[in-house]
Amino acid sequence: MAEATERLLAPGAYFDRVNALGRSALLPALGITTFLLLWQLAASSIETSLGDFPGPRDVWVQTSNLVDEHWSERARAEAFYERQEQRNAERLARDADAPVRWRAYTGKPTFFDQVATSLATVAFGFCLAALVAVPLGILCGLSDPIYRAVNPVIQVFKPVSPLAWLPLVTMVVSATYVAENPLFEKSFLNSAFTVALCCIWPTVINTTVGVAGVDRTLVDVSRVIGLRPLTHIRKVILPAAIPMIFTGLRLSLATGWMVLIAAEMLAQNPGLGKFIWDEFQNGSSDSLGRIMVAVVTIGIVGFLLDQLMLVLQRRFSWDKQAILR
Amino acid sequence: MDRYLELSKIGKIFDTDSGTYEALADVSLKINRGEFVSLIGHSGCGKSTVLNIIAGLERATSGGAILEGEEITDPGPERAVVFQSHALMPWLTVFENVELAVNQVFRTRKSRTEKHDWILHNLELVQMAGAANKLPHEISGGMQQRVGIARCLAMQPKVVLMDEPFGALDALTRARLQDTLMNIQAELRNTVVMITHDVDEAVLLSDRIVMMSNGPAAGIARVLDVHLPRPRNRLALAEDADFNHCRHQVLDFLYSGRHLREELVVIRSGSSNTDANSGSGHIAA
Ligand SMILES: Nc1ncnc2c1ncn2[C@@H]1O[C@H](COP(=O)(O)OP(=O)(O)OP(=O)(O)O)[C@@H](O)[C@H]1O
Ligand SMILES: [Mg+2]
Repeated sequence: MAEATERLLAPGAYFDRVNALGRSALLPALGITTFLLLWQLAASSIETSLGDFPGPRDVWVQTSNLVDEHWSERARAEAFYERQEQRNAERLARDADAPVRWRAYTGKPTFFDQVATSLATVAFGFCLAALVAVPLGILCGLSDPIYRAVNPVIQVFKPVSPLAWLPLVTMVVSATYVAENPLFEKSFLNSAFTVALCCIWPTVINTTVGVAGVDRTLVDVSRVIGLRPLTHIRKVILPAAIPMIFTGLRLSLATGWMVLIAAEMLAQNPGLGKFIWDEFQNGSSDSLGRIMVAVVTIGIVGFLLDQLMLVLQRRFSWDKQAILR
Repeated sequence: MDRYLELSKIGKIFDTDSGTYEALADVSLKINRGEFVSLIGHSGCGKSTVLNIIAGLERATSGGAILEGEEITDPGPERAVVFQSHALMPWLTVFENVELAVNQVFRTRKSRTEKHDWILHNLELVQMAGAANKLPHEISGGMQQRVGIARCLAMQPKVVLMDEPFGALDALTRARLQDTLMNIQAELRNTVVMITHDVDEAVLLSDRIVMMSNGPAAGIARVLDVHLPRPRNRLALAEDADFNHCRHQVLDFLYSGRHLREELVVIRSGSSNTDANSGSGHIAA
């Protein structure tokens, strides 16, 4: 008995520990290193009219360039505002009623500005879609008649590429959004609505399936108790459907992020897509490297967005033990 | 006797993919206030369907159930159900599960502290007050079923409906819960309709045992009155002649073929040319 336990504990446990370490850190590191090596090898053997295909080294160099550009642009903006303040102060000192103008700095947006724009756009569009999709999904899941009525519409619009909507969205926004002091740029709204249009469907569909699949007996319990509709949704339906709702939201966010880049390229709306397009048009020897930086950034941001959704899901889910992938 | 709960010629036809299926035909039964009635019968004969119709979770195709002179059309807390699988919300603690029901049923009739005390009181009835803050998956199956019973009692129902409440439990746990239920019943005198597969359980707990024939078109084949004095003690009853007599009658019904539909029996007796009126019991023997 004791011997057996000992045997179980000693070398096996050691290998298990090594195994665990390998699974959590070693293997991913190995995978990434191999990938970088292969990438470098492949890159140096692909020639384009703008020089070699960018390898990891070029990406690294261009990243630091973009960071430098960002800081110098910031410094320039600061200097501009300082000068403006000084000028206006002097004018006011001479004559208290002198007309002074405050202008915003209009420099070229840097790479990081474009990332921030894209993030804000996808966040806005995604939240808009979620606010519509989750309640609609709950309604469809709860009521068969509503589902039957809404389902054909969903099925028809789901496969439509949101880029096909883009011209329509653009026209509608420019026709209807005529505010004196616009809170949002039109281009921002165009991108955001386009993102929203593609974010809706996965969430609606998954929420519907999740809500309709709530354990029958739990629904019966709720009926016997006589819970009112809102309490029923809050206490029974939502907790049970959270995993499916989040599956939908994650799919939505992932497609939304992909679509946004394309929409920005197509419509020349500010954001990462525009950065890529501008670099492509620019056609300098650095361009491909800089585009590659954008490509990697898009990937990393997409990954981080998904991780953020997982954190939120863990926060909202009652089952903290559930393994989320 | 006051007819408290009345099942009147209940028929139930299910629409299935392969046509219709007549599950129940002409189920009639009168249940008195404070009576404990067991439904027993072979699997699939339609016991749950009867119970669901009383609960209002399903509508009868013909006939109906009447409680205190009113036809039952919808589910409601005055006919609380204890489900076979405990059916607790996994995301709510034991306390919150009972609270969900209590808050709804006594919305304004009890103050906040009264509700709190009432929830604890009901958990104490089933000896679960100690686990009030545990989640359902942190307690055993028997404990989960206790909480299900507490939730049901906390609604102060006119009728308690139980669908194989102890079916998923081991024999020891089942015996303990049966005792708990008997104690509670001695105190509260609820009207109970319970489905069971366990003959001993039926005899031990019931005032009447309703035996159902097999489907399709299942109905009530026999009703057995159990006149054993209360409180009942399972150890003392094991030697009791009346108890064993009741037990034997139910077993006889279930395992001797009498649960088969009357027509079936008549057809068989006709074809074998024996005296059709001599009682169907001989046919199966
Ligand atoms: N929703 C339904 N649709 C079609 N047929 C059904 C439906 N519900 C029940 N039935 C059928 O009705 C009959 C009775 O079912 P019921 O669940 O009432 O049986 P039961 O006596 O409770 O069985 P068990 O002891 O196994 O729980 C069964 O033959 C079943 O197949
Ligand atoms: Mg059943």
